[in-house]
Amino acid sequence: MQVGMAASAIVGGSGFGNWARLAAQQRLSQDQLLEFDTYGNVSLIHITDIHGQLKPIYFREPSVNIGVGANAGAVPHVTGADFRKMYGIEDGSPSHYALSSGDFSSLAQGYGRVGGLDRVATVVKAIRADRPDAILLDGGDTWHGSYTTHMTQAQDMVNVMNALAPDAMTFHWEFTLGTERVTELVESLPFAALGQNIFDSEWDEPSDLFPPYKMFERGGTKIAVIGQAFPYMPIANPGWMFPEFSFGIRDENMAKMVEKVRAEGAECVVVLSHNGFDVDKKMASVVPGIDVILSGHTHDALPEPVVVGSTIVLPSGSNGKFVSRVDLDIRDGRMMGYRTKLIPIFSDVIAPDAEVAAIIDAERAPYLPELTEVLGRTDSLLYRRGNFNGTWDDLICDALLSERDAQIALSPGVRWGPSLVPGQDITREDVFGVTSMSYGQAYRSEMTGEFLKVILEDVADNIFNPDPYYQQGGDMVRTGGLGYRIDVSKPQGERISEMTLLATGERIDPSHSYVVAGWASVNEGTEGPQIWDVVENHIRKLGTVTVSENNSVDVVGL
Amino acid sequence: MASGVKPRVKVPKTAEAGEAITIKTLISHKMESGQRKDDDGNLIPRSIINRFTAEFNGENVIDVLLEPAISTNPYFQFEAIVPESGEFTFKWYDDDGDIYEAKKKVSVA
Amino acid sequence: MTTHTRQFNRRSILSLGGCALAMTAVVGTPALASLTDDAIAALTGGAGAVEGGISITAPEIAENGNTVPVEINAPGAVAITLFADGNPTPSVATFKFGALSASRTASTRIRLSTTQNVVAVAEMADGSFQMAKANVKVTIGGCGG
Repeated sequence: MQVGMAASAIVGGSGFGNWARLAAQQRLSQDQLLEFDTYGNVSLIHITDIHGQLKPIYFREPSVNIGVGANAGAVPHVTGADFRKMYGIEDGSPSHYALSSGDFSSLAQGYGRVGGLDRVATVVKAIRADRPDAILLDGGDTWHGSYTTHMTQAQDMVNVMNALAPDAMTFHWEFTLGTERVTELVESLPFAALGQNIFDSEWDEPSDLFPPYKMFERGGTKIAVIGQAFPYMPIANPGWMFPEFSFGIRDENMAKMVEKVRAEGAECVVVLSHNGFDVDKKMASVVPGIDVILSGHTHDALPEPVVVGSTIVLPSGSNGKFVSRVDLDIRDGRMMGYRTKLIPIFSDVIAPDAEVAAIIDAERAPYLPELTEVLGRTDSLLYRRGNFNGTWDDLICDALLSERDAQIALSPGVRWGPSLVPGQDITREDVFGVTSMSYGQAYRSEMTGEFLKVILEDVADNIFNPDPYYQQGGDMVRTGGLGYRIDVSKPQGERISEMTLLATGERIDPSHSYVVAGWASVNEGTEGPQIWDVVENHIRKLGTVTVSENNSVDVVGL
Repeated sequence: MASGVKPRVKVPKTAEAGEAITIKTLISHKMESGQRKDDDGNLIPRSIINRFTAEFNGENVIDVLLEPAISTNPYFQFEAIVPESGEFTFKWYDDDGDIYEAKKKVSVA
Repeated sequence: MTTHTRQFNRRSILSLGGCALAMTAVVGTPALASLTDDAIAALTGGAGAVEGGISITAPEIAENGNTVPVEINAPGAVAITLFADGNPTPSVATFKFGALSASRTASTRIRLSTTQNVVAVAEMADGSFQMAKANVKVTIGGCGG
């Protein structure tokens, strides 16, 4: 167990080094993954951004994740070999496979799938065996992202998560179920649904459905957990589906909540956040008095927390791939130290919990024939993460161009969705894993070249604005049939140039109209077939998918 | 009177003498800006609430002039002092000459 | 498969595939800012306004450009006028505070056609003017993580 001095007086340690050293052996055991010298008097367990993934999957971390402004070159904006060098991770080790990109397809053969909520259950139970009153916190983006989640309106995820017995949760994609369904599910929860920044939009008052915080008496002390839902819900997702709610960062209200819980006797303040990592770092620097931010939304996985002032910020990955254990020493009204471990859920190493496995199988049983139907096969690694493109998105854009007879395709830069390794069959479940949503209609429309540039500039500013409070998480809109150059160092309006229609090699004409197909529009009344049907039809026609290298985006200004 | 116009206000029922109380008001109104065109390209005429006032026992609290840039369903929040028990009167003035009114009593202990 | 084509232009409410992408008019018109300068000059009798002890609270990014919450706080003011310097018509509202106003604070919701500054000009009790600005971004959206 590594223990070192952090920037402040807090004593910190992370359990990451231990399993990195197993690299030489190339052998892992469940005991080694779970090994942890219980520390202090309080344990937190964090899982976030599961996106409906009940079963083990492959998940490739990004190779392109550019940071801007003060976050240039700072984690999580360090990838691949640079990331391994930064943390002393050996090539080919389990840590390499779990935390970084590079040689993914070959390492996947050796290390296998990751995640699975039955394996997560085993880890949670093991931590609770160590520390029975550990607090389990779900960072949200749980009730979205799979075929069964779509078909059951997230009842599958609610039932399985309830078996894990979380203590609190916060939210993002959950709201895309619509106000009525999200209200029904939240009212059914046997645990706290938190969000200090979830307000009633009509009167601008805190929402009755989502309390700002919950106080826990554990380990002889009082811990306040404050919820922070995704701040930009009605912008990044269709606000017309949940018009009763307003969000925002609301860091002034966060500061008030911290003062309030301290006044009520909290000796430790934990924020369960869906802000995204860079936003959380800024919030930690702006709002005093937060001890721990459990960070979600941007799907980053870091082997140790980042310390901002006297706040530790920990991101715990996505898609069920990781669980964080955070042990805290809370004494004399403050956090004296911490010890953390990001536990990778290697599905072939961690035994499934039988009880939760049975619940998962029961949820899936009615849909198994549809889930497992083979649509085709892939010769290429299909993945999503990356600032500008991913092979899954290349395939989706090709499907839009071909099936919707368009010149240009646009596909949202979301960060969820498991990977497939070369040689795998592509099932309907796999397609839903990268497309499932409540507004999946694939539109077809005409847009001028000038307007296409406005779109690219606008989305780019939501990723590359140097102020994290203007970053909404997610990645650049993926383009099919359209190439461009982006200078990430420039301000909005000046980043995008050399837009090219790939079919002809001609420059995009600002005044000319182009036929554009896309999906995931936030506007009510969008018409078109569901994107998963478009992609399925395309894969069936191809039979075997081969995705060639995508060089259509030229990135400069790094 | 324009159809569907409905004022709503949130005022505490009781207050301390001289205490600052928060008042919130909403009125359902489309606030047609006069800058939009219909499908045939004709300008849709302006039709907005152009003034809002709040009084307590006949004494002014706030007087607001509204332009078309105020959103649909105009919302105001402000603070008032209530020196004694009495009644708030809120008035919204429509371009079409109508005046919508709401009243709320507050008792001072 | 049926194909459905719609012609979009910038004045339409648009819905596109960036992830979110709903927009009204997004192209900035910086020339409009001078209209606000002119309006402030007229309001202050040419004296202008200095940045001082007044404040505007508005979101960094509007959830919806058609209804952006704005709070103004101008201790010592008798009236506050609000402008949106990127709107075709910059005037938004004027608040006059009466005898039973408990504070020189008010909140409302306003329309912003594009990313721009919301400007508050407060007329102080001594006849001087103070101002404050807040930039609000109106975006067609980013992508959910």
